[in-house]
Amino acid sequence: MTPLTSKQKLNLKIVSKKLRQAVVTMTSAASAGHPGGSLSCIDILTLLSERHLTFTTKSSRSKHHLDNLFVLSKGHAAPALYAMLAHKQVISPTQLKSFRQLGSPLQGHPDLRFLPQAGSCTGSLGQGLSVALGMALGAKLRNSAQRIFALVGDGEINEGMVWEATLTAAHHQLDNLTVIIDHNGFQQTGTTSQILNTDPIETKFQAFNWTTFGINGHDFDQINWALDPDRVVPNRPTAIVAYTTKGKGVSFMEGDIAFHGTPANSNQLKQALNELK
Amino acid sequence: MSSSKTKTTRPNGHTRLIAPRVTFGETLARLGTKNRRLVVLDADLSTSTKTSLFRDRFPNRFFQMGIAEQNMVGAAAGLSLQGFIPIVSTFAAFATRAWEQFRLSVAVPKLNVKLVVTHAGVTVGADGVSAQMTEDIALMRTLPHVTVLSPADAIETSSALVSAINHIGPVYLRLGRPAVPVIHSSRDKFRIGRAEVLSPGTDVTLIATGLMVAPTLTAAHKLKTQGVSSEVINLSTIKPLDHRTILKSVSRTQAVVTAEDHQQAGGMGSAVAELLAQNLPSPIEMVALDDTFGQSGTSEELAAKFGLTPQHIITAATKALSRKTNPLPSRKSTPAKPSQTSLTNQASL
Repeated sequence: MTPLTSKQKLNLKIVSKKLRQAVVTMTSAASAGHPGGSLSCIDILTLLSERHLTFTTKSSRSKHHLDNLFVLSKGHAAPALYAMLAHKQVISPTQLKSFRQLGSPLQGHPDLRFLPQAGSCTGSLGQGLSVALGMALGAKLRNSAQRIFALVGDGEINEGMVWEATLTAAHHQLDNLTVIIDHNGFQQTGTTSQILNTDPIETKFQAFNWTTFGINGHDFDQINWALDPDRVVPNRPTAIVAYTTKGKGVSFMEGDIAFHGTPANSNQLKQALNELK
Repeated sequence: MSSSKTKTTRPNGHTRLIAPRVTFGETLARLGTKNRRLVVLDADLSTSTKTSLFRDRFPNRFFQMGIAEQNMVGAAAGLSLQGFIPIVSTFAAFATRAWEQFRLSVAVPKLNVKLVVTHAGVTVGADGVSAQMTEDIALMRTLPHVTVLSPADAIETSSALVSAINHIGPVYLRLGRPAVPVIHSSRDKFRIGRAEVLSPGTDVTLIATGLMVAPTLTAAHKLKTQGVSSEVINLSTIKPLDHRTILKSVSRTQAVVTAEDHQQAGGMGSAVAELLAQNLPSPIEMVALDDTFGQSGTSEELAAKFGLTPQHIITAATKALSRKTNPLPSRKSTPAKPSQTSLTNQASL
């Protein structure tokens, strides 16, 4: 694996800023959405976007899909997904302001009916991971080299079906499945340790027979290292526990649970965009 | 429209009984040869659902998902997004555990996933209430985009499965547990959305689904000896409902009985009542579980206890007839036997 060059890292930094700007802008425009949890996973999404995801076919439901696949299982981070898709020119940037509006391809949570490239219909926590697992099963059956990536939240792993999937992926030796856990430490009404403690997360995935790494979810070198195909151990799925900051990139949002489901008001938005210049 | 149906009898007089789930398993294994996109998912019940037959023939296309139905349904969605046609099979009681996953991951985006369940209804028997799913028609028909099928016998199960697989979109196909009389022939064609008139009649419409079709035919025979001409309809597609066939029949008979191994609330009878109330309000009696859960027993004991026998259908038909506001002019039905009693006015039944 070749480490990132400084030029590549600079590009990643620029892209991540652009995605963060899009997240705060679209949630504020809609006066709704989940900026905190969308911002915490931007660096992960940036790395995925720039080095692992291509969207060469119009519809993600076409038969011979050779692009890697990505499922945003923590569906409320939809602004992050939409920002990434706009950056990849899958959707037009002008559509970002239609987030959450009637008839918009950018539904409140990813919706295949309105956006075939959304990966799966998510927003009900736990489900996206299982869909990703099914995609991985399909890729194996087809003897395809496709990698399947899923992003789950650390509150999301409260859901039992997440552990059904975790057992199953290891049982079926799905080494083409990589799950990133966006461990920002907060859920909607409290910290993860207050609501339903799931620590230690890495130990759990290891016990479930996954190849597991803990990384700084805002360090491109570490993210790149963890997502590199060299990390994959044959016959074992990969779990990357990314330690992140909720609201990362916007000083007044960082670590503030209030911004889980509340966007910036117009003054706050100005400040946020200023910081993200 | 098919010709008049009776139970298929063997030369020694016994009716051929086959468990539809067995035919489901056999048909699925056969279809796997021709259709390479078919994959099957099981939650550790394949010996009961008979998907084990597919597993033995095509082990690499059979996915054992363990006792984890919610993940199983989500995985089926993922497989369908990869271009496969997943058949997800388990007991009705455990499939409905994954209703919300079926709703969001499969039904909303209209994915090509087939949920084929066995052990539906109270006639499941001695296992008791945890396995007796009597609310699934209500749960599934209320989902947009989902086709709900309920074949009457083993032969129809086979053709319904073929249709379900050829149909592009989510399908919920419901099978009971016991062996039931074969009433179709292999020449009969199944079509999604078409209600099947099994035997024409003029006085009352008897609409049945699944394993209640055979008892309804029995009831119709008995009613005929009492001078009541019943039109028996096999509603093997509960959704989409065949409005035309139902309304055509009821506009003539003006009285309806529905029969299902399911709760009255929200089931097939409810679907028929929704149609009639909005288009052709008619006396309707529903043979179904009356807001009660099942319990252990033999299929026969349970059918008797929960009101699902031919006699219950006859009683319901009698009630429906007595509620007709405008009795039709007395219609003669062709006497089948010399011993048939003379025709009486329906109101006097």
